[in-house]
Amino acid sequence: MKKTTFLLIILAMVLLPATMAFAAGTKDDGVERHAFIFKNTGNPYGDKQMQGFADGIEEMGFEAITRAPDQPTAEAQIQIIEQLIAQKVDSISITGNDFDALQPALRKAMDAGIAILSADSAVNPESRITHINQADSEMIGRTLIQAAYDMAEGAGEIAVLSATSQASNQNLWIEWMKKELDENSGKYANLKLVRIAYGDDLRDKSVSETEGLLQSFPNLEVIIAPTTVGIAAAGRVITDRGLIGQIDVTGLGLPSEMAEYIENGSCPYMFLWNPIDVGYLTAYAAVAASRGELTGAAGEFFSAGRLGEFSVVKASDGGTEVLLGAPFKFEPSNIGEWKSVY
Amino acid sequence: MPEKPLNQRKFLQPEQLRELGLLLFILAIGLAVQLRNPVFLSISNITSLFTNTAILGILAVGMMLVLVTRGIDLSIGAIIAFTGMVTALTVARFPGLPPFVAILEGIIIGMVFGALSGILVARLDVLPIIATLGMMNVVRGLTYVVSGGQWVSSYQMSDGFKAIATGKLFGINNLIVIAIVVYIVAAYYIRHTRVGRRIYAVGSNPEAAEISGLPRRRLIFLAYLIMGGLSGLAGVLWVAKFASAQGNTAIGYELNVIAACILGGVSISGGVGRIFGLILGTVLLGILNNALPLINVSPFWQMGIQGLVILAAVITNVLVRRNTERDALRRRAI
Repeated sequence: MKKTTFLLIILAMVLLPATMAFAAGTKDDGVERHAFIFKNTGNPYGDKQMQGFADGIEEMGFEAITRAPDQPTAEAQIQIIEQLIAQKVDSISITGNDFDALQPALRKAMDAGIAILSADSAVNPESRITHINQADSEMIGRTLIQAAYDMAEGAGEIAVLSATSQASNQNLWIEWMKKELDENSGKYANLKLVRIAYGDDLRDKSVSETEGLLQSFPNLEVIIAPTTVGIAAAGRVITDRGLIGQIDVTGLGLPSEMAEYIENGSCPYMFLWNPIDVGYLTAYAAVAASRGELTGAAGEFFSAGRLGEFSVVKASDGGTEVLLGAPFKFEPSNIGEWKSVY
Repeated sequence: MPEKPLNQRKFLQPEQLRELGLLLFILAIGLAVQLRNPVFLSISNITSLFTNTAILGILAVGMMLVLVTRGIDLSIGAIIAFTGMVTALTVARFPGLPPFVAILEGIIIGMVFGALSGILVARLDVLPIIATLGMMNVVRGLTYVVSGGQWVSSYQMSDGFKAIATGKLFGINNLIVIAIVVYIVAAYYIRHTRVGRRIYAVGSNPEAAEISGLPRRRLIFLAYLIMGGLSGLAGVLWVAKFASAQGNTAIGYELNVIAACILGGVSISGGVGRIFGLILGTVLLGILNNALPLINVSPFWQMGIQGLVILAAVITNVLVRRNTERDALRRRAI
């Protein structure tokens, strides 16, 4: 008798979570659910991206789930993927914290019939249908060198202040910067890239690295920082030291962070894409993919609501991607209206 | 009388000997960097070195007091983020707020969190590492809640507020001035006041302190309260310096502060720690942060070099201590 009660309790303990998971899974009232996972919480850029995704999904009449872990790690994202698999969502779009480490979790989701896309920061081609990229990496790299050329008036020393030395998007942009310099060696004969410094997207380290650049290269003309913490730190140092006009800062940054430095002249202009649009485009791609209308083959077309038609193209990592478009230029004339947006 | 000359030869205390070792180590590092990049010892670079190290130095004073009581405080990075965020939001809402009030606001908020940690550790006897780890997560979470995940950017802050970190007093950057004041007050407090001496007594031998009637719990509470207040101050200075408040500000910064303390000879097992050693430890970390960008090493090596230098300094410490201890034993044998 005691043995049976014991067995029953064990059985109940085993079944209870299972039925709960089952209940969670079958909470399907016919509404499609699409999920978006960003790198980490508390990042205004990511919030805008998730907001754009939710706007797109809800516009089509579906339910959007936006999630982000506390820490920007692959492990934390894997946990969220596992939860979403249990919830049986229709698609997962992810801004990857690691190119390869998410593969097992994402393959598991694919096997469960969930459409997987990456957005903004890619995961490897084996674990995604396609990647939604902000802007063409080639265009970003080349544009930034052209901006530096313009600011240095054709001649002088320039330096790059990046995030971490391991950030794949940063490194790709820097590659294209170097390529732009090499391929047009005639035009850029007097433009010299003297150093690539890494501020690790930390305020204090980015400031130290900027100061290191100023100390080591007294003739520096332009600092290119393709990361928002870096470009704002560089703007801050230039402003503090009264070097406005002598050294120019450009790169990629949030308009809110850069408003002061664009207005005071330490950064004549800089670029960024619209994260709301990245999220919105991802929403339409995710829905098309979950229905099998988008398989991720190069040459496919799909429509993305107010943004119009998009096509899938080959990506440099061997997979395919969808490009949002050219980066947007922020300058003194338009920064006022953008600084309160994101 | 063979003992006498041996005794006379020991004109330095063991701690002083260790500090001398660290000082020589710092000079060696400085010389090596100087040879590699002659800009290192220029006035403008030294100024930026000390400006960038001031916040670390201020925090190290509080951490030393906590370590002396055999505690540790892991919540300070989160407190910096929270107080920085709240003062930044206040300044954004009320641009006319005098900077002095913003600083006061930060210190008070920091002290509230410090008091909470202090109650957990001193009254409820929670292990310091667990109590402050819990506080770290709570406060970091609160930072995201009050900010709604948004950042406060430079254009939202008044010039007066940013001048807290960029302004100068007698030609010296405010951050350095504030750090110097904190160090002078701390040095006086530790050496010449009863409370200061008692904190050390509690740390070096809690049982003896309790038996001699020292208010052990109240002293430990006080150490966390001071640490909280200094973290709050550091939070305001951090945000004013970088002109941006974000949820993940100073994440993991507590480890830098603890490292500065340990390099400076503060013992994790309590009771030991001197202001001069603390200054050396802070300056060594500051030099590493300042010099690595100057000597053009690959970023892959930067972290490794930083770790190696810290290890070398600690090993020097250990060797010096072992030597002096052996010396003491040998003397006893005679």
